[in-house]
Amino acid sequence: MIEKNPKGEVWIFAEQEDGKIQDVVLELCGKARDLADRLGVPAGAVLPGYQVEKLASVLISYGIDKVYTVDDPKLKNFTSAPYAHAMVKMIEKHRPQIVLYGATNLGRDLAPRIASETRSGMTADCTDLQIDDVPDGKTGVVHKDLLLQIRPAFGGNIIATIVNPERWPQMATVREGVIALRDPDPARKGEIVRESVPIDDILMAVEIIERHVEERRLNLKGARIIVAGGAGVGSKENFNQIFDLAGVLGGAVGASRAAVDGGFAGHEHQIGQTGTTVRPALYIACGISGAVQHRAGMEESAKIIAINSDPNAPIFSIAHYGIVGDLNQVIPMMIKAFKARN
Amino acid sequence: MSYHSIVLVKQVPDTSNITGEAMKEDGTINRAALPAIFNPDDLHALEAALEIKQKYGGTVTVLTMGLPKAADILRECLYRGADRAILITDRRAAASDTLATSYILAQAVKTVGNYDFVFCGRQAIDGDTAQVGPQCAEKLGVPQVTYLESIIDITDGKATLKRNIGNGWEVVRVKLPALITVIESANDPRPCAAKKMMKNKHKRVPLEIAGEDAAAKMDLLKQSGDLLEQWNLDDIHADLDRCGLAGSPTKVFRIQSIVLKKEGYKQVDPNEEGITGLVHELIVDKTL
Repeated sequence: MIEKNPKGEVWIFAEQEDGKIQDVVLELCGKARDLADRLGVPAGAVLPGYQVEKLASVLISYGIDKVYTVDDPKLKNFTSAPYAHAMVKMIEKHRPQIVLYGATNLGRDLAPRIASETRSGMTADCTDLQIDDVPDGKTGVVHKDLLLQIRPAFGGNIIATIVNPERWPQMATVREGVIALRDPDPARKGEIVRESVPIDDILMAVEIIERHVEERRLNLKGARIIVAGGAGVGSKENFNQIFDLAGVLGGAVGASRAAVDGGFAGHEHQIGQTGTTVRPALYIACGISGAVQHRAGMEESAKIIAINSDPNAPIFSIAHYGIVGDLNQVIPMMIKAFKARN
Repeated sequence: MSYHSIVLVKQVPDTSNITGEAMKEDGTINRAALPAIFNPDDLHALEAALEIKQKYGGTVTVLTMGLPKAADILRECLYRGADRAILITDRRAAASDTLATSYILAQAVKTVGNYDFVFCGRQAIDGDTAQVGPQCAEKLGVPQVTYLESIIDITDGKATLKRNIGNGWEVVRVKLPALITVIESANDPRPCAAKKMMKNKHKRVPLEIAGEDAAAKMDLLKQSGDLLEQWNLDDIHADLDRCGLAGSPTKVFRIQSIVLKKEGYKQVDPNEEGITGLVHELIVDKTL
């Protein structure tokens, strides 16, 4: 751990893959900006990799003040130990008060290793972050301006707020899609700080033999309209209606875990705690009961229409429009009504 | 060449069955109020170790930290083919966060010693943090390979493994010893074997033995080789400042239960008139 440093910067780990900054990192830039403004400190990003300096301007345009590059051929592809070592050295040198990571597979592999080495606190998979004073339950001492790390726990049944009062930096991974992406400002000015961290060969214990990255075929996160189906759709054949409605409305197709497990739709369609988190302008939930795990992934949608034959389905509690009825009749009527517009 | 695998397993409350009664006032969970199950990912971690034992030979040791009741899952590991099972239980370990937990588990792994692999499930369903695996790897000073999809080969002190990277996969070669976290799609856990159940079902950890004649029962179990190993923090030479509350940097500040608000929504009739009205409304407000 590092000594508490209330003047320390707010940092993000700038995860990049094949020369592209991950979407969740761009979301984090905006969050780091807000937190840094609230605390009156600069927002920084650590960008480890090989020949990645050209990505610094992207981070700056999304709200970062200082980009610390750690450029090394040994960091070309991600492996845990060298990346963790580079981050730990940077944290020890600059003593940021907060370090945020995207809750990607990579982020959730890397961040705990750093927390272990620095012996500092780490909260996984946060859905919100705030700054506030926190009184110590026992001593009554008030810790000024702590990072409140907010996350669902216990299968999404509770929301826990975690703090790390003493052993800094305060670190968290943040789920993709829970922070609204800001518009970049290409004219924004920032500073690039070139750092180097010697990486011992002993850290290079994992060798990448082969790598296969699939294009994201489905852009659920970017969709303005999502039509999603659940167990209530009944069959894979019936699920075609979900595709039909999405097609007519120009939307993307989502699915609850039950629908994915039932083989109605592929995993890439899954929305919810274990799938994608979305916040479209319109979310049409068809035959989805609305378990907390599903709602966690879509309840921020601007408008929610729930179609369900069960009037007591929990999905209605977050819906703006509710249609209690058989989706086999309701969906064709919606298609017809939309086609007949004007 | 045979390999020794240590598997870290956890007994977890079944989080699909939570009621308000299971929450204590301080925001922690009254685990006793929930059904306790074998953490799903950990079954896949155990299976990965058993596959190595089957293919290359060797032994499988399982470790769990928890209440005496957690001996249930240790027995289950023996039924499925583990060779040795150890419970780490100590009141002083209560309220450990992931950092303190990984310290304790790493101390226990070091105490067992002489291992080629440490396997963990990717994450436990009570916290879903996926932190203990990587943190243990760091404390042990070994490389980590997370999200194991399959074991391709083990030769010359290196394992070739396929891992999931979220939007694809990669094949890596890692020097042993290494810590591996395993996901659900990696394998199909073998069922408990009837013969192994018969052989192991009477095994108990000392804290499970109660009653006036506890000492006599314990002697009997010892003689029949049915006493399971039970370690406390002293047995694993743990620094108490790094365990339990004292060793946990993170604190739970607040817990809110998810409450379904019955806010009103606009009821739309499931007929042509209702649906047409809805679609019209959405077109007018530019949602569609």
